[in-house]
Amino acid sequence: MEPVISLRGATAALGSRPVLRGIDLTVRRGEVVALLGANGSGKSTAVRSVIGRVPLTGGSVELFGTELKRFRSWARIGYVPQRTTAASGVPATVREVVAAGRLSRARLGRLSRADKAAVTRAIELVGLADRTGDAVGALSGGQHQRVLIARALAAEPELLIMDEPMAGVDLASQGILADTLRAQVAAGATVLLVLHELGPLEPLIDRAVVLRDGCVTHDGPPPKAVGQHALPGHDHVHPHAADEPLRTGLLT
Amino acid sequence: MEFLTEPFMQRALLAAVLVGITAPAVGIYLVQRRQALMGDGIGHVAMTGVGLGFLMSANPVWMATLVTVLGAVAMELIRMYGKTRGDIALALLFYGGMAGGVMLINLSPTGSNANLVSYLFGSLSTVSDEDITAISLLAAFAVLVTVGLRRQLFAISQDEEFARVTGLPVRTLNLLVAITAAVTVTVAMRVVGLLLVSALMVVPVAAAQQLTRSFRATFVLAVLIGTGVTLAGTITTYYQDVPPGATIVLLAIAVFIALTALAAPLARRRARAAETAPAAECAADGTARADDVRV
Repeated sequence: MEPVISLRGATAALGSRPVLRGIDLTVRRGEVVALLGANGSGKSTAVRSVIGRVPLTGGSVELFGTELKRFRSWARIGYVPQRTTAASGVPATVREVVAAGRLSRARLGRLSRADKAAVTRAIELVGLADRTGDAVGALSGGQHQRVLIARALAAEPELLIMDEPMAGVDLASQGILADTLRAQVAAGATVLLVLHELGPLEPLIDRAVVLRDGCVTHDGPPPKAVGQHALPGHDHVHPHAADEPLRTGLLT
Repeated sequence: MEFLTEPFMQRALLAAVLVGITAPAVGIYLVQRRQALMGDGIGHVAMTGVGLGFLMSANPVWMATLVTVLGAVAMELIRMYGKTRGDIALALLFYGGMAGGVMLINLSPTGSNANLVSYLFGSLSTVSDEDITAISLLAAFAVLVTVGLRRQLFAISQDEEFARVTGLPVRTLNLLVAITAAVTVTVAMRVVGLLLVSALMVVPVAAAQQLTRSFRATFVLAVLIGTGVTLAGTITTYYQDVPPGATIVLLAIAVFIALTALAAPLARRRARAAETAPAAECAADGTARADDVRV
């Protein structure tokens, strides 16, 4: 399968501290890959280097087979940054924020009827259709995260890159986010997620890449639950696990 | 309405309207990215331009535009690349600009501190035809940028990192905002003066957002408030011997206070409307549902 993201021998530093020490990461079309690791393991830096936000000191990045430096088809990528708590200084509605995500397709800033329909669809996908005219500042943390995901989906991307999409998100929103992501994957989207723990997204994930101190320590099926999560009495129920066969990228 | 027949008053009113439109139109993007005081710094730098204008006997408005644009670009570059010492570099630029202006105007044969005061605090009665031409052209540029590129500027001011990943030329757009802010400062300096320019960029926006929920409504209302207070202030100076800049800014602050007072009951009503959906109290039996806790 064609690699959508290809990171080879990537090294990066923040100041004088090496954060990535030569990592390889390949995401193929249609795959859902989770990037796991403790705080400071370099997972956020790895993702941000993929989209060119952190310059690499060595190695290479390719997106859709094109070297990052020459890559221009940004509309193919939907990016969900790690949620920032600070709202901006001026109120903005859900629709206004989501529409910003469509600019990668509407270069000149003029939204055609099709563009507007795509924005509406993205808002519906995350279940905020009744909040389009509300100020984002009035939303809960989970709803705010759904707005950021709708913004990424507005461009109808082929590749979704999400940095900790479940951090600080309430259970109801987690369920909606998992549903949204499942629909995207079913429609053929490729996904790279930074996660702190597998959580409710576990059944969707084909492959997990675990980082420790800027190096890849595991690249394969999602690691099995350990510790308390693996105890026999621990009822590991996911509401949607039944209708979604577990896919392991290595075996299919 | 007798003031409408006086040519100096016609010029003053035209300048006032242009300032009332452009200052909040640019200011909203500065407020959005929490750089509300940027306009103040640019105003300081503009003083060197005014001083240079007097020294070289050039039109101070154009000279100030040139120097201010260079200063604003320098500020933006410091913001982009400067790390920990960024604010020190900005302080040097601001106060250097101010001191430079005072020095240059004293060195020039025609300039005096009285001239400088008219730029610091605004002096509508001395606005010349030449000034009006310059102000109109500069205001047209500012409106073109702030309205024509509103979606792009909204995106970069809302979330710069995301805007980069959508492929927007963020660096270029940031510089464009800085240049437009600089241009607006010089548009406004004859009306409200360099020391109060920033107020007209920020206060109408702050007043508008007491009532609004969307960026679009904030933009429109801020421009309406800006135009309203500059016109009202200018007309006041025709009847009363008061400084225009101070009158306009005090009016804007009065509008801010009035709208804030008005907004409090409005917000309460909205909050009540939002609360009607779930019951205000917990259910008596307190049983947990299956999806309450997921592990």
